[in-house]
Amino acid sequence: MLEFSLLAGILFGLFFGLVGLGLNLIFGVVRVVNLAHGDFMMLGAFGAFWANKLLGWNPLVTVPIQGIAFVVAGVVLYYLLVPRLVVLRDFGMISLVLFFGLSQVIEALAVLAFGNDPRSIFLPVFGKEPVRFLGETFPAAWPVSALVSVVFMAAVYLYLYRTRVGATTRAVMASREEAAASGINVDLVSALAFGLGLLLASVAGMLSLFMLGSVAPDFGSGITVTAFAVAILGGLGDPVGTVLGGLLYGIALMMMQSYLPSWANVLPYVLLVATLLARPGGILGKEVRHA
Amino acid sequence: MPRGLTDVGLVVLIPALFAVAPFAYDNQLLLFNTMVFLTMAQGINIIYGFTGYLPFGYVGLFGAGAYGASLAVLFLHIPAPVAVLLGGVTALVLSLILSPLLRLSGAYFAIATLAASEVVYYVIANPALAGVTKGPYGINLSVAYSPEASYLTMAAITGFATAVVVYLKRSHLGLSLKAVRDDSLSAEMAGINVGRQRMLALLWSAFFAGLTGATFAWQISVFYPDSVFDPSISIFAIVFCLFGGAGTVLGPILGVVILYGVYNVIGITEPQYFQLLYGVLIMALVLFLPEGVVSLLKRRGMHVL
Repeated sequence: MLEFSLLAGILFGLFFGLVGLGLNLIFGVVRVVNLAHGDFMMLGAFGAFWANKLLGWNPLVTVPIQGIAFVVAGVVLYYLLVPRLVVLRDFGMISLVLFFGLSQVIEALAVLAFGNDPRSIFLPVFGKEPVRFLGETFPAAWPVSALVSVVFMAAVYLYLYRTRVGATTRAVMASREEAAASGINVDLVSALAFGLGLLLASVAGMLSLFMLGSVAPDFGSGITVTAFAVAILGGLGDPVGTVLGGLLYGIALMMMQSYLPSWANVLPYVLLVATLLARPGGILGKEVRHA
Repeated sequence: MPRGLTDVGLVVLIPALFAVAPFAYDNQLLLFNTMVFLTMAQGINIIYGFTGYLPFGYVGLFGAGAYGASLAVLFLHIPAPVAVLLGGVTALVLSLILSPLLRLSGAYFAIATLAASEVVYYVIANPALAGVTKGPYGINLSVAYSPEASYLTMAAITGFATAVVVYLKRSHLGLSLKAVRDDSLSAEMAGINVGRQRMLALLWSAFFAGLTGATFAWQISVFYPDSVFDPSISIFAIVFCLFGGAGTVLGPILGVVILYGVYNVIGITEPQYFQLLYGVLIMALVLFLPEGVVSLLKRRGMHVL
């Protein structure tokens, strides 16, 4: 049981890393806590669900197509909402409330459009046979989801560290003012990062259909807290740390489900509060406390 | 009118109005819930309006108060009015435990309190602790059932909460809290004990959430963890407070009267449309009217308490 929990924890951990990655990228670049993150995941899941149900598409085919839509939506949303807020004194708090409002709007519209039912895709679209490795057996969807997560994490890493726009993105993460002073188009870079964050949310949402069983319109608020817990664990504003945060979270969750199942639900919340109190900068992170 | 008179008038008028209202209007539960949200919105006002810290998990203190009082009635056979006070004390104790969260800056604090309230909820609702908390099976307080007494208690608490906000608005404490909110570094340099002032605001805010939760439990008498840890209680209190205008006495009152009114007209029959409406309202508010409805009055040169 220990081996199974560990391996399943790693598979789920990679998935949870992806869940936290979009939120953390947006926080790192734009300094906004996207409280609608889970709701964008829900939309990504519903996109994959309906494409599968109505058109018979494999969710993996839906990913690039709806990904473009999410990037465009992210860029538009950024320019609509963020530039007029950045100038305000209490930007952090106000943006939190704003994105909370957005999450309510998305959830309400989703209920009006799709009804309250949870949706799930028939599991075997990712392969019918369970997968065996290291002596343990897993549903095929788990390693496939973990693999998809790794591909997207690697893509984010390449974007940030191997492209020119990625270098400017990291400059904005380090200091918005200094980046602007050295001639970087801060708004464009941030808008792209925001779009990329929503794209990651949509992929994580699609995978949630398999990893978490089903997705309902009110799925967003709970998973946003989980994403936040993962991001905090790895260090808020540090996208690379998020992968580590996801692994820690996934392994801890699987261990709890094996050995203390009735307490497994509390885990993300306890981890979040404990990390914030003990190491507010995350496991790897720097100090972020203020007076 | 001298301002002392306006202050006392407001503080006495609100509970007095609620005390006589059941004779004119027969939906007593609606009146009771209005008082619940008035107090909760003022509780949010005390901490957010005066310190800038927004507790997203405010309902955790409300639920803690409900359970603290209920368990005191069930296990210690304490009379309900005393149990209400114990509910307030339960929330005070919980907020003391959580007070290290005040070291965090704004957004971290907001989400950390949300997580903390979920922790409290899962502990109380956990079947493994059913012997103590009744777990998910809920509480039955029928031994202490008294809709009239709990209604009047709630009216008194509402008046008390209003009085505290009026006091904060007028006093040195309120002024120093606002200084801390606007620039904590300068406030510290001016000799204000930043940590202590924030702590005081958190404790008052928690105390009212606990008292309200306890009285709510007494009024409805049968409830489940889901109903007293419902995140929408925090959300309503926050939205009402922000909509009216945080940092004023009148703002949260206006917010509750207007929005809770709208909720009762369309929110119960058409919850999705209401959720959509208040989502849009929150966004519009932040983008166009970040100081709340009272700022419309202020712009016309009116003095708003």
